[in-house]
Amino acid sequence: MTATAESTESEFLSGNNTLKSRLRRAERMRKLWALALIAPMFIFLVIGFIIPIISLLKLSVEDLEVGEALPRTVEAFREWDGEGFPPPEALEIFAEELVISDENKSLGSATRRLNYAFSGFKSMLKKTGREAEEKLVGLPPDQILDGFIAIDKDWGNPEYWLAIKDAVGPLSDFYFLWAVDRQRDEEGNIIQRPEDQSIYIDVLLRTLEISIAVTALCFLLGLPIAYLLATLPPSKSNLLLILVLLPFWTSLLVRTTAWIVLLQNQGLINDMGILLGFWDEPLELIRNRIGVYIAMVHIQLPFMILPIYAVMKGINPWHMRAAESLGAHRWLAFFKVYLPQCLPGIGAGILLCFILSLGYYITPALVGGPQDQMISFWIVENMGRVLNWGLAAALSVILLGITLIFFFIYNRFVGFDKLRMG
Amino acid sequence: MNRYWKGSLAALGGVVLAGFAGTGPVSADDTITVASWGGAYSMSQREAYYKPALKDIGMTVLEDEWGGAVSEIRVQVETGDYKWEVIDADVGTALAACDEGLLEELDWDMLGGRDRFFPGSALDCAVGTISYGTIYAYNADVYSDPATAPQTVADFFDFEKFPGKRAVYTGVSHTLEMALMASKGMSAEEASAYLQENTDEAFDEATAFLEPHKDQLVYWETGAMAPQLLADGEVVMTTAWNGRIYNANVQEGKNFVIVWDGQRVDYDVWAIPAGVPGADLGMKFIEYASQPEVMARQSQYIAYGPTTEEAAALIAPDVLKDLPTAPANLTNAYWAPVLWLGDHIEEMEEKWAVWKAS
Amino acid sequence: MALPVYASPLQRVWHYVFFILCTAIFIYLLVPIFVIMPLSFNSEPYFSYPMEGYSLRWYEEFFTSDQWLLGLKNSIIIGVFATLLATTLGTLAALGLNRADFRGKPVVMAVLISPIVIPIVITAAGMFYFYASIGLSSTIPGLVLAHATLGVPFVVITVSATLVGFDHNLVRAGSSLGANQTRVFFKITLPIILPGVVSGALFAFITSWDELVVAIFLAGAEQHTLPRRMWSGIRELLSPTITAVATMLILFSILLMVTMELLRRRTERLRGIRN
Repeated sequence: MTATAESTESEFLSGNNTLKSRLRRAERMRKLWALALIAPMFIFLVIGFIIPIISLLKLSVEDLEVGEALPRTVEAFREWDGEGFPPPEALEIFAEELVISDENKSLGSATRRLNYAFSGFKSMLKKTGREAEEKLVGLPPDQILDGFIAIDKDWGNPEYWLAIKDAVGPLSDFYFLWAVDRQRDEEGNIIQRPEDQSIYIDVLLRTLEISIAVTALCFLLGLPIAYLLATLPPSKSNLLLILVLLPFWTSLLVRTTAWIVLLQNQGLINDMGILLGFWDEPLELIRNRIGVYIAMVHIQLPFMILPIYAVMKGINPWHMRAAESLGAHRWLAFFKVYLPQCLPGIGAGILLCFILSLGYYITPALVGGPQDQMISFWIVENMGRVLNWGLAAALSVILLGITLIFFFIYNRFVGFDKLRMG
Repeated sequence: MNRYWKGSLAALGGVVLAGFAGTGPVSADDTITVASWGGAYSMSQREAYYKPALKDIGMTVLEDEWGGAVSEIRVQVETGDYKWEVIDADVGTALAACDEGLLEELDWDMLGGRDRFFPGSALDCAVGTISYGTIYAYNADVYSDPATAPQTVADFFDFEKFPGKRAVYTGVSHTLEMALMASKGMSAEEASAYLQENTDEAFDEATAFLEPHKDQLVYWETGAMAPQLLADGEVVMTTAWNGRIYNANVQEGKNFVIVWDGQRVDYDVWAIPAGVPGADLGMKFIEYASQPEVMARQSQYIAYGPTTEEAAALIAPDVLKDLPTAPANLTNAYWAPVLWLGDHIEEMEEKWAVWKAS
Repeated sequence: MALPVYASPLQRVWHYVFFILCTAIFIYLLVPIFVIMPLSFNSEPYFSYPMEGYSLRWYEEFFTSDQWLLGLKNSIIIGVFATLLATTLGTLAALGLNRADFRGKPVVMAVLISPIVIPIVITAAGMFYFYASIGLSSTIPGLVLAHATLGVPFVVITVSATLVGFDHNLVRAGSSLGANQTRVFFKITLPIILPGVVSGALFAFITSWDELVVAIFLAGAEQHTLPRRMWSGIRELLSPTITAVATMLILFSILLMVTMELLRRRTERLRGIRN
């Protein structure tokens, strides 16, 4: 780029090769410039977004809690073949480390992890930790197992020892199995989790069910509106379009709040209904599935209307008239001529609506009951209140997987660049 | 404004360009955040402690709300990302958290020794601030005749005699005990003991008893929600913390009646997350809040009892009768089994969450 | 959609049914927004019509509450800084993407668009986990970074759309007349893409302004934003103050929407597109 005018001229005259190389160089410079411009955002997103998400998802296959609290025990248990009881040397190391961790109060997350395998494991470990120094340390090798059993009779059950071996990490499918209501039995076979701990398959199906129902309802309500907008003269349709965009621009939380005000027992809808004599007792419109559908469809509807409208606007109205003049019934013309041309918009609307519905959290949390919570709720619950990050991560992987599958379909048929909101 | 600007500029200049060099939480010198339970209860603390603290000891107290789970403390200690200097917790949670080393040990010399406080409210890591009751209440505008109104725990679950929805706490505590009292005719203390001794069986029995009425149960998450649900007519009866019902009556002119039968009595305690940089400020606040005349102030704003003799002596008799520890209110009651809860609360919560959602 | 004079009776019936249906759907879309606004002026703390009187007490409560005002302040600060960051990074990236095709462009596009695609709860959980480990959670800078991440894709998409009709000969003309790259950018490129940049910035701002899930995970009491404050309020008890906040947020949204529409028209005029 800094070449002088003379040399440019001479190179230009000297032949095709140099021109080609100069062009190539200019092209390369352009590319470098482009990359330099993209780089800051790319690095920003990779560090601030991609890495955090990957580091979260990694938790779903890690099993490090017990190893961090009892590093030597874990080593010793790895050696054990899982037959009968662990060898006395392993038990000795275990007892010693229990004493140390009891003093440091460092057993917390390990007891939590083991409690996932057997409820009651936690109190048993704490008790053993408290009494280990007095009753276990220094016992001869052939008595140490009995020492454990003397503290808590459950130590006589090999399954508890196997549960520790199962948790030595560093990798494990424990949380993924849990996320689909499964676990491993003593022989390592995958079996159903106990019923009072099984919920996630139901939650997954429920998430799909709600997303499909919301998408279907949005389609039924969105299609007429899109058609109306596309067929009215521009002056009127622009005004109506603003009415569609207004809720779209209003925050999701504000709209959900409005629905709570409307749907409560003593909310506006029930007040009106009773006042006008439509019904006598307040209808149950909130803290159940009805409330979730009403509020979610309201929020998702613009995502259906806008893409369909965008496609319909481009369809020549004469096609319909031509079909009708050729003798097709109005309905037949609509279904055979008009609708097929809308398919790209319909597909985009349906996919977008479905993908966005999958990740809903706020709205069901506010207008739904405990039986209406979707997978996101359980991710938040396990991430925050329960603090089972491994399970939260496994559920995240499942939700993300489903979302990405549909997003790739979306990208194939519609394209990222059409993802313009409003 | 200034320190936010500086903070945000640090984000732009320092963090983004120079890489992810973290800036710690921005916190002025004598400012602490206290995590508590919101609504009327936080209001009573605001009036009794937070506002006077600025005047008396020059401390600004910011408020946050929390759900009362050990995990909420654990996440701050494990990540080192502290949101609170002081926590208002129930005893079971405080004991469990203390066991795991998630709470600072208190400086009992600063507090004037453990003997000042009622038995069971002076712990290694926590000190009592109030005693409160979990009771149930109904709206006297709905059941206006005291003779036919609900009177016992069994009435709470009698859906034939008293049709309509009930609200219970979203967490597991007290609802299982109530279900056992109603289904097995146990007294409050028997039900509590039975749950502790036969945990799994008791859980199954209690939930089996609740199962047919599951769609009639609404769950409240925050203390303020319970009286709100009652006032809005969303439910006909609700469990609640007694002070919330009292306040709704006194301050909002509601006509709610507390049924003390089967009451669960509990302490709330102050505690400090282990390793929080402002631990000394937290301790300073707890010392201030434990002074008799300061502690006694809270009963003026909510019907919860103090945790020291000296403070109890300062409370007027007409206030005392509405406190959970008044003898008339303790005829059929149990004290929260805090030691047992410390070991079992988390697995119970988990099973309870699954039951609610399935 | 006017009914032709030769329409059959059946067509007439269908025509009216269709209009009633559409009216009902519009009512469904708009009622929540328009019903909540008057309630914020109710003098009584109830959510029912007819209202007994009008007052500004709930607005007064908002503007005299430290907690709400702190939320407002945090929302503005976080929104402004997140917007600046997102707009700068996003505009540069859009210019880069427009300049050249290169191998790996699909990867860049995928990374770029991912904040919109990945469910917000996963994003928030990931950021919470990662930011906490580097001391950025419960800080204003942490929320600025997080919100900027969510806003960047919208800026890129909007600015890219403006660049589609961009005539690169203008840049070449500028360069050939002796202006350097920087001067060309500020004198030629920027003025032309400015409407796109501004609407991208508005998108980024509203993304931050309305954002709740990340704030639930990342904000401590000192960093509570307006939506985060509302969330606590709704879950505790639905006070009319919340309807006052909601009303102000709706009016703010309308303002932004009108601005966007005006910008869109300006872009089209600048690019000589008419439709």
